[in-house]
Parts: sequence; structure tokens; C-alpha cells
Amino acid sequence: MTDFIQLFVSGLATGGIYALTAVGFTLLWQTSQTINFAQGEFVMLPAFFVLIGMGYFGMPFWLAVVAAMIVTVITLGVIFKRLVIDPMITHGVLPIVIATIGLAILMKEGVREFYGADAWPFPPLAAATNITIFGAALAVQSLVVLAVSIGAVIVLQLFLNGTRTGRAMQATAQNANVARLLGIPVERMILYTFMINAALVMIASLLITPIYLAKFTNGELLGLYAFIAAIIGGFNQMRGAIVGGLLLGVVDNFTAAYISTQYRLVVPLFFLIVIILFRPQGLLGRVEERTV
Amino acid sequence: MRQLRFGLLLSAMMLVSGAAAAEDVKLAYVGEISGQLAVSGGNFRDGVIMAVEEINAKGGIAGKKIDLQLYDTQSNPSVARAQMQKALDGDVFAVLGPVLSGNVKVTMQMLQQAEVPHLIGGEAADLVTLGDKYLFRTSFGQQVGMPKIVAHMRDNLKAKTVGLIWVNNDFGKAGRDQLKKALDAAGLKLAADISTEPGQMDFAADVVKLKAANADVQFVYSNEEECARIMREIKKQGVKGPYVGDTTLLSQKTIELAADAAEGVQGHVGLTSDAPIKAVQDYKDRFQKRFNYVSDHNGIKGYTGVYAIKYIVEKKLGGKLDRKAFANAMHGLTITPNDEPNILIETSWDDRGEIDRISFLAEVVKGKQTITKILPKLGGGKS
Repeated sequence: MTDFIQLFVSGLATGGIYALTAVGFTLLWQTSQTINFAQGEFVMLPAFFVLIGMGYFGMPFWLAVVAAMIVTVITLGVIFKRLVIDPMITHGVLPIVIATIGLAILMKEGVREFYGADAWPFPPLAAATNITIFGAALAVQSLVVLAVSIGAVIVLQLFLNGTRTGRAMQATAQNANVARLLGIPVERMILYTFMINAALVMIASLLITPIYLAKFTNGELLGLYAFIAAIIGGFNQMRGAIVGGLLLGVVDNFTAAYISTQYRLVVPLFFLIVIILFRPQGLLGRVEERTV
Repeated sequence: MRQLRFGLLLSAMMLVSGAAAAEDVKLAYVGEISGQLAVSGGNFRDGVIMAVEEINAKGGIAGKKIDLQLYDTQSNPSVARAQMQKALDGDVFAVLGPVLSGNVKVTMQMLQQAEVPHLIGGEAADLVTLGDKYLFRTSFGQQVGMPKIVAHMRDNLKAKTVGLIWVNNDFGKAGRDQLKKALDAAGLKLAADISTEPGQMDFAADVVKLKAANADVQFVYSNEEECARIMREIKKQGVKGPYVGDTTLLSQKTIELAADAAEGVQGHVGLTSDAPIKAVQDYKDRFQKRFNYVSDHNGIKGYTGVYAIKYIVEKKLGGKLDRKAFANAMHGLTITPNDEPNILIETSWDDRGEIDRISFLAEVVKGKQTITKILPKLGGGKS
């Protein structure tokens, strides 16, 4: 039983990171019909911003994190939207998909070129200690990862539901044309979404990199898991992405422990196929109808 | 007429340059410059580069400059075959690498057929048992190292049960089999036998299983990056030690990546730049000055591999670039630091290409690999 609890908690912690990344997928999709296939690389890159801050500018960790957050929001939020999405958005979803796949390769190879193919150590957010709950020794690091992930999602929900800007963003996501008629600055709301996505990937990067180590390939698997999580939960519902991420993390851990490490990706993919076949809108997603 | 003169001059220049190229000793490093094993392959490559630079600066091998070509396998067996073919098409005298045992396996037949000597970095036990007369190791096979580690666990750590976490590739599988064999022979029990995937990022589930086994000793056998991730997870989950492993677990890269989590790790290392030997320390300093990082054992493998080639061509072949004679000369050979100072440690090869050197028991203390005991060579060879 203690093993089960440990696996469940560490699965939730990893799932929390998938959820943060998956939420970014859904946010961008809802506001701008953007599927960002560079989302995994978006999580990989901020860790290197932190390492550059610490290594090249001699900043302490937390200052480097703040600097990296600013750089991330500007580059992966504002510049990404202006340079990649805006010129493509009028041409439909497919050019954006292709452009973001290209961007993912560029980011990955860019990091490899400038920072090398090696992995780099990254400071954890908490010390490697344990606390015992119901007889199970739980890693404080896992609990911190889980708490930060849940905290970030709660803050985001409060922002979206409790502020005027948040509600304007929701209105933009539901129907941009009507939102525009109501006087909502739709373009600015979409830009905010991209900036929020950048902040979320920065948080995910801080949480996952101490476990994965900083490496140019980190985004490959993470992007895939987050994409699967978003589809399982529902691509058009933020809470769906959260549920999908957490579920995927737990299922992944149980598969590795009770079935086989070799098949750990098989079970999530099996889930994905089942969901696409029987509930294509995802577990919590809503059915969308489009005029063709 | 002017065009004809120009044409003749150009032809003459091409002939001269061709003749000069024919006088070079063509060596190729075919190894893991990128991909999962980039850390190990990169170290091996830099060791090779440093040796080539040093040798060329002193006039080359028997007066011939070394022409070194680098080929990246991307840690991928299918790419490794293509790159090896490219190297063979370039008419190389000898090949250094690959480091990944799986890549050695898929390319060794090509080299054997072409009768090209290859000094590999792979450590899988079975590589020297496949009848390749042109294959030579640059570090111990697992069948040499594992019995030494098991003896350490039984005699020094007083262990009765061992929890093993290993990587499911050629290197890991062969290591796991050799360890199991050595444990059985020593009367120790394998309490956990956990296979993990190459390039795996998250080891939470595997370490929960390891912890549940409650073994006397935790044995970690994987590549450097994965070793570091496993050790971080082990410390995160509070799995009790001692933590034991082989060269990869105690390598400088693993220590750097695992940081505090590597503290107290102990085991057997076939080669280390922390060896208390002056020649090795001098090598370490030169390497760090040249590449701005500390060499691990793979760097030494590449470096000493090139110097072994130099020694054999100059001292055993009289400067003649005869591949077959080279392979014959290397079987059963011993090179001492008196013969060739940059071989660093006395080294012997048997008739299968297996290597023999002194080796070390080590422990990570305050973020540094500390040698606790020097273990003698197993046998000898002709000098």
C-alpha cells in the first residue's frame, strides 16, 4: 500500500507538469486556434535561460529565475506570436502546425549548437528530504512540484474568472467576433494568452528540469505527453487538460511500476486511441461544430 | 598553350597533394558525438583529438601526419553503419570507437570484413567473444570488472542482497548478466532486478520498486546521464545505501550531474582521470586546459587508443601501415609507460582483443572521485 501511495503521489507530481504544459496547448487553441507543436521545446528552453543567467552573468538562482521568466515571456510569448503566429494565422491551422514543428527543430538544434549535447545539472526547488504520510515516505520535492503545479493552475483560474481581463480573455476564446463587437481588444487578449502560456512553460521548466536535467532533447517526450494529455482531457477545456495531465502522470507511473518500463508509453497511447474512438472531444471537452 | 600549361600545373599540384595525402596516417573516430551517449562519445572524441594534436605537433606517426576524420553515429545503430561505411570508403588505417556497445556490434562485421583494426570504447562483455580479430578494447569488458565489484560488496560491504537497476541496451544487458553470474558465484542474492530504458527521464516508479526490495546494497548500472537521474531519484525518495556501481556511476560527468546525490557512491573503475598516477594527472591537466572540462574515463580511452596505434606502427611495424600486421602485433601485446609514456598505465591485450590494466576501487567524497584501493592486473602480455 505504501508503494501505491508513493507511486500515486510521484505520478501526480509528474502529471502536474504535464498539466501545466497541456493547459498552454488548450489556451492557445481556444483563443487563436493555434496548435503549438513546439510546446515541449518551450518547456526545455527556459531552463537554459536560467543556466545562462547563473553561468554567464553570475546571478544567484532566484534572480536568474526572475530574469528567465521575463526573457521567456518576451521571447516565447510576444515574439513567438508576432513572428511566427501572426503571419500564419490567416492561412489556417496547418501552416501553423508546420511552422511550430519547424520552430521546435530550430530551438532544439539551436540549444545543442550553443550549449552542447550534454545534460546539465539544474537546482531543485526543494531539498531531497522525505515526510511520512500514512506510512508512505513521500519526497518533499514531489510534493513541492505538485503544490506549485496546482497553485499555478488555481492562480490562473482566479485570474480568468475573477478579473475583467480574464473574463475578456474567456469571451475572446468563446467567440472572437462577438467579443470584438462588445469592444474587447481581441488582439491584446490573444497576446495575453501567449504570454500566460510562456509563464506556464517557464514554471513547468523549473519543475521538470531538476528531474530530467537540462538537455536539448527534453522537449521531445514532454511535448508528446502534454499533447496526449490535452486530447485525453479535452482540447477545448482547460480543466480537461489538467485532468488529462494528472491522469497521464499517474497512469504512466503505475504502468512503469506494475507492467513494464518498456511499455510505459504504450498505455497512454492506448488511452489516446480509445478516447479518439469513443469520445473525440476528450473526457471533459465539449463538442464543437464548424461550418464548412 | 597557356591553358595547357595551366592544366599541367594543376595536374602536377593534384598529384603532389595526392601523394602527400597518401603519406598521412588516416584515422577515423566513428562515435557518439550527439544523441543519448553524447557525453561518453564526446569525451572519447576529445581524447582522440588531443592525442592526434600532440602527435602531429611532434612530427606524426613515424614521420607521417595523422589525418583524423570524425563521424557522428548520433548514438543510433543505423546511422552508425552508414557512418562506418563512409569511414571505410575513406580508406582509413584504423578506426577509434564507437563507444556505445550496440553501435560496436552493428559495425564490427564491416570492419572485420575490410580488415581494419578498430579500438572500441564499448564495454559489453560479449564483444570480444564474437571472433573479430581486428577488434581491440580500450577499457575493461564487464566480465573483468563485475567480479571485482562483487568481491567488494561481499567482503567490504558485507552485503547479502543486492538491488539492481540497469539500462536495457547491449551495455546494460551484458553488464546485468555478468553481475548476476558474479553474484551467483559469490553466493549473493539479487533482491531487485529492475530494467530501465536508454534515455529514460523519469525514474520515480523504478526507484519505488528498488526501495521496496530493501536490499543491503543498491547497484546502479546505466549510462552517465541516466545514472545521475537515478541517483537524484534515489536520494529524493530516501533509499538507503550503500550505492554501488561501475565506471559510469563514478564518472566525473555523473558526479557533476547528480551533485549531492552522488555523495558516498562507491564502486570499481577501470580507468579514471583521478587515478593517483602522475602521468594520468598530467593528462587530466592537459585535457582540461585544452577542452575546458575534466576528462572522464572515455577521454582516456580515446587518448591512449591513439598512442597505442602510434606505438605499434612505430615500434612493431617499423613505420609500415599494414593493417593485418598491426592486428597480429596487438594480440598479446603489453605497452608500458617506459615504452610509450602517453599510454599512461601499463596495458595489455590478449588474443581476443580484451584489455588488462590495473584498476581502482573508488568512492565519491565531497563531489570528487577518491581512489580507495588499487587492484592489480589480472595477467600479462608480451612486450
